[in-house]
Amino acid sequence: MSEFTSTGLDHKKMGFWAFLGSECFFFGSLIAIYLVFKGKSVTGPTSREILNIPLTSISTFVLLMSSLLMVLALAAVQRGDTFGAKLWLFGTPLFGIIFLGFQVYEFISFVHEGLTLQVNLFGASFFVLTGFHGAHVSIGVLWLLSLWVLALRDQLTQTDALLVEIAGLYWHFVDIVWIVIFTLVYLIQ
Amino acid sequence: MSQPTGLWSWITTVDHKRIGILYGVTAFVFFVVGGFEALLMRIQLAQPENTFISAQVYNELFTMHGTTMVFLAIMPLNAAFFNYMVPLMIGARDVAFPRLNALSYWIFLFGALFLNASFLVKAAPDAGWFAYANLTSKQFSPGASIDFWVLGIQLLGLSSLIAGVNFVVTILNMRAPGMTLMRTPIFVWMTLVTQFLLIFSLPIITVGLILLMFDRFFGTNFYNPTAGGNPVLWQHLFWLFGHPEVYILILPPMGIISEVLPTFSRKPLFGYPVMVYSGILIGFFGFGVWSHHMFTVGLGAVADSAFAVATMLIGIPTGVKIFNWIATLWGGSIRLRSPLYFALGFISMFIMGGLSGIMHASVPVDMQHQDSYFVVAHFHYMLVGGSLFGIFAGIHYWWPKMTGRILSERLGKLTFWLLFLGFNVTFFPMHFLGLMGMPRRIYTYGAGLGWDFWNLVATTGVIVMGLSVLIFTWNAITSLRRGAPAGEDPWDGRTLEWSILSPPAVYNFARIPEVRSRDDLWAQKQGRNKPVGPPPGEREPAEIHLPPPSVTPIVVAAGLVVMATGALTHLVVVIVGFLTLLFGVYAMAFEYRRGRSHA
Repeated sequence: MSEFTSTGLDHKKMGFWAFLGSECFFFGSLIAIYLVFKGKSVTGPTSREILNIPLTSISTFVLLMSSLLMVLALAAVQRGDTFGAKLWLFGTPLFGIIFLGFQVYEFISFVHEGLTLQVNLFGASFFVLTGFHGAHVSIGVLWLLSLWVLALRDQLTQTDALLVEIAGLYWHFVDIVWIVIFTLVYLIQ
Repeated sequence: MSQPTGLWSWITTVDHKRIGILYGVTAFVFFVVGGFEALLMRIQLAQPENTFISAQVYNELFTMHGTTMVFLAIMPLNAAFFNYMVPLMIGARDVAFPRLNALSYWIFLFGALFLNASFLVKAAPDAGWFAYANLTSKQFSPGASIDFWVLGIQLLGLSSLIAGVNFVVTILNMRAPGMTLMRTPIFVWMTLVTQFLLIFSLPIITVGLILLMFDRFFGTNFYNPTAGGNPVLWQHLFWLFGHPEVYILILPPMGIISEVLPTFSRKPLFGYPVMVYSGILIGFFGFGVWSHHMFTVGLGAVADSAFAVATMLIGIPTGVKIFNWIATLWGGSIRLRSPLYFALGFISMFIMGGLSGIMHASVPVDMQHQDSYFVVAHFHYMLVGGSLFGIFAGIHYWWPKMTGRILSERLGKLTFWLLFLGFNVTFFPMHFLGLMGMPRRIYTYGAGLGWDFWNLVATTGVIVMGLSVLIFTWNAITSLRRGAPAGEDPWDGRTLEWSILSPPAVYNFARIPEVRSRDDLWAQKQGRNKPVGPPPGEREPAEIHLPPPSVTPIVVAAGLVVMATGALTHLVVVIVGFLTLLFGVYAMAFEYRRGRSHA
């Protein structure tokens, strides 16, 4: 990690920022499409009838807290605190899994209430937008659990802090995207 | 430190030079395939009411010709130069992420083969390279043809995205000490702008393709107007990518000729900073003009006017570039060698395409030209007269560096004159045909419309172009055996790649050079910048850390293409592909850690 770079930034970190720039356009397009199709569904159910704001507020809170745990995990690895690293690197994906559990429950109950991909444009754009966000969370969970296993085997040392930092960048990014989705899809109807 | 040989060494290579050669050779093969598709279409159109090929085959040919030339020929030919030349020009030993670089290539190769496999199962895509909704819906395209296209383009997009991230980091982070951004060669600059265009425009088409995939595979109605969906949405998403894509195709060749012109005029590039800024401006404006592809859709007068003004604006930085190229030649001691021929061809043909382009910026004029052969003439002047001439300039310029042999000047000039002649005979008459009202994408036309003569002329031109490509191929192959040895610096070059061996040693630079000005090598040869220490590449260094070969990139790419195949066949295949992908990604991630613990 100490190789010479023209800007002084690490290759991996800069590359990851570039990738996140690309991801902004990806989610930006998906969110724009959701907004374009808002109110264009020719049949129900509509977002007003079906979205459960209290329930999703809880899962949103859990996801936000997972970002806090992510910060603690990175701080622990940077300090060389192996116990903290093991604890928080498990806690972060655990909260992610809880969020995903809520999402699976939400999807299943929506389907029971008659909202599917095929039934109307709200269903299609809602499931595609939140589904791709969920897929990003899943990848993050897998990534963080892999780091956790490394930590358990004492293979994640202070010198690897950058790896955790980059995973953290991803995790916080996915979290921020959810704040935008929660606001635009759930709160402002 | 000698190069390993054999097939396995190429499969596992992470050397940017070898990956560049792989890109170049693969793209050239697809360029010939795309050219052959064009030839078949021109034979069909040589006479009115011809029955050489059917309407269906004609649709497949224009779709695959466009898709092949854009995604499988010009983009990867540009990528060949990014790979081979960028690290050499910035004084680096490789790209920032050598294994990701190999991954980009393998995904590109597999995606290209996947797309063309559609011919084997008689389901070639037939909805145009733009694949407008709702021609692509299950209702109007029930077979697998559009699925091949959707999945193939997703794979190719992923390849370019990974490469984009890689080269952004390489260029920003791996420049030799002293090479500030404003001392970076202009080709590297144009490459950088192109990579930003790629990483910001590809996710948009990805989303468009995802919606199309959901419409086709899972029965959503994004593009289905009867259920409230919007086919025009596809056009927006496609051109939001498609217009930056135009600059992705032309900016690197602009960079190439901006290297060729100073070298063969023996003068610095005129107005270097302005060339950089205008390149950045072109990239920036490139995102704001997409709706000029949609003037006849009916977006309304305000939208049309705004996009017309933006389109005219983008002509300004482009015009600045053209004047700077001409000013670079002005008063130079010009050496008329084959690379310069192609560069001059680029400038003149690009001006022609630019003139018809600026006509299209005017909405009322564009409404007359829309979907006529005039538009076909315009964009071929940009993509053949522009991009392809630029790429040929690059091939003739850098061939000695890549192979250590010089291409025959006589054959090189013959290639140029035949290509120049054939190209103009083919495409100039299309201006007339378009103005006479001949529409695009028709597989035949009636006699007595006045189109017969110019269509026949255009077809003869294609044969001359084909001959020129054959002569180039012959020149390339024979030069490898019989070409004159190039030496390190056959053209009296200006940039760092000419300071090292031809072809370069596996580590490129024995000693990383130090840069004190723009065109540092030229300044050294002029006695203005004193060389620091022994000349680079002088002796074999004792120990240079180079990334070891890796098999993981091809495994990851294989996983992806198996998944795409599964989407067309069976879920089990998707799962097998996914597991391969997962295995490949983990193997790639941990390869480095294992290597470190052994060290």
